[in-house]
Amino acid sequence: MFEMLGIYFSYPFVRYAIIAGVLIALSSSLLGVSLVLKRFSFIGDGLSHVAFGAMAVSTVLDVSNDMAVVLPITVFSAVLLLRTGQNAKLKGDAVIAMISVGALAFGYLFLNVFSKSANLTGDVCSTLFGSTAILTLSKADVWLCVVMSLLVIVTFTVFYHRIFAVTFDETFAQATGINTNRYNLLIAVITASVIVLAMKLAGSLLISALIIFPALSAMRVLKSFRAVMIASAAISVFCSLAGLLVSILASTPVGATIVCMNIGVFFAAYIAGLLAERI
Amino acid sequence: MAQLLCRNVALGYEGKAVVRDLNFEVNSGDYLCIVGENGSGKSTLMKALLHLKAPLSGEIYMGDGLEADGIGYLPQQTIVQRDFPASVQEIVLSGCLNRCGRRPFYGKKEKALAREHMERLGIAHLAKRCYRELSGGQQQRVLLARALCATRYMLLLDEPVAGLDPVAMQEMYDLLERLNHKEKITIIMVSHDIRAAVSYADHILHISEEPLFFGTKEEYIQSEIGKAYLSVTGGERHV
Repeated sequence: MFEMLGIYFSYPFVRYAIIAGVLIALSSSLLGVSLVLKRFSFIGDGLSHVAFGAMAVSTVLDVSNDMAVVLPITVFSAVLLLRTGQNAKLKGDAVIAMISVGALAFGYLFLNVFSKSANLTGDVCSTLFGSTAILTLSKADVWLCVVMSLLVIVTFTVFYHRIFAVTFDETFAQATGINTNRYNLLIAVITASVIVLAMKLAGSLLISALIIFPALSAMRVLKSFRAVMIASAAISVFCSLAGLLVSILASTPVGATIVCMNIGVFFAAYIAGLLAERI
Repeated sequence: MAQLLCRNVALGYEGKAVVRDLNFEVNSGDYLCIVGENGSGKSTLMKALLHLKAPLSGEIYMGDGLEADGIGYLPQQTIVQRDFPASVQEIVLSGCLNRCGRRPFYGKKEKALAREHMERLGIAHLAKRCYRELSGGQQQRVLLARALCATRYMLLLDEPVAGLDPVAMQEMYDLLERLNHKEKITIIMVSHDIRAAVSYADHILHISEEPLFFGTKEEYIQSEIGKAYLSVTGGERHV
């Protein structure tokens, strides 16, 4: 097994995939803690569908750098979604459902009508489930992942206490003079960027698993915000690393394997949490 | 000068007034209770006092060294908080954020302050415990300690005893009384509990669409509105 891994690691694209995968997992898990606690778990899912729609458009238009199309559209939708959560004429969850399902339908239709690709089903499938995309990452993609992940990590470190305050009690934070709208906007922009990055790893249907599962697992057992943040990052990195290795060795789809790892850890954490309560 | 002064304030949503003609003042060391039916604009008034919501008309002045972000606020608990993984210490410390300015992290001073308030409220031994595992009364103390970290002068409390059992409720009232008497912290409390309001507060503001009453507790008990309201809600208690 180790020999086989050694052979694989001699290929640069495998090393790229591992580096990118770990960094994406790290940043999405940090974000996840805040989103889950703010009851925004579904925003990740909604946005990933938007990203799919945007990806479809950029594929059809044959844009050379698809990030340039997908990222702005997703960021814009994220801001829109998190905004409506506050002064809701249309309720937040309904808006998310509308936008996400709408973007999915629009994207698929667009691809079907305009695509020149011979393997349409394959294209759609890999955008939705990520299948082999991570192994086709270019050096530029990896650098983008590195830069974005570092930005996310630095943001979370610098604004850690403020993010805690805004997540725990927005009204109090506002009353003590924190500009909560600014932090919500920040979280929206980071969410969108992480999702666009993570789409390469897990595909748009599976991304939200990367965001919510590590946070949920950590919350089963741990009791302080800091511990949950750190554990969530650790769990996420472990799962994506393990998932990547398994998918290389057993040639299973990358995204789905990582998500299954996360589900496994969640159940373990769930049981550990129950046991800890008994004692 | 008064710490807080409301002059001809009208509050509401989208141009429609919920309360109007609010005129009252709060001086340093006062204990004011705001009472009134549901939907009478109590929470809206709270938000206005915290400068989270601009009044439709009129002015709210602050004096005596009080600033808008220097009010210690104890909000009602939200659903988000019930299963929030946070230690008591983390929550109390978050009350110190307005002292940090642009610094990203807490310094020694903030940590000492948080410690001091936890000790004062008898929750220092819970510092490492998880907030969601505490009893209702303990949780309120944690939020009160956080509010104290944010202020030196004034506490603004929104239904601080809602959902507490009778013992915890009594403890909360005693605690507030102590803070008011011993430490001269001004207290403004929104409450349904009219009987406690007349026994602990020294001023009452009774609002509905327009302010029905503002004055001292003694005047309130003698007033028509006070008598009517007290008799409906079970009469006065030892005053």
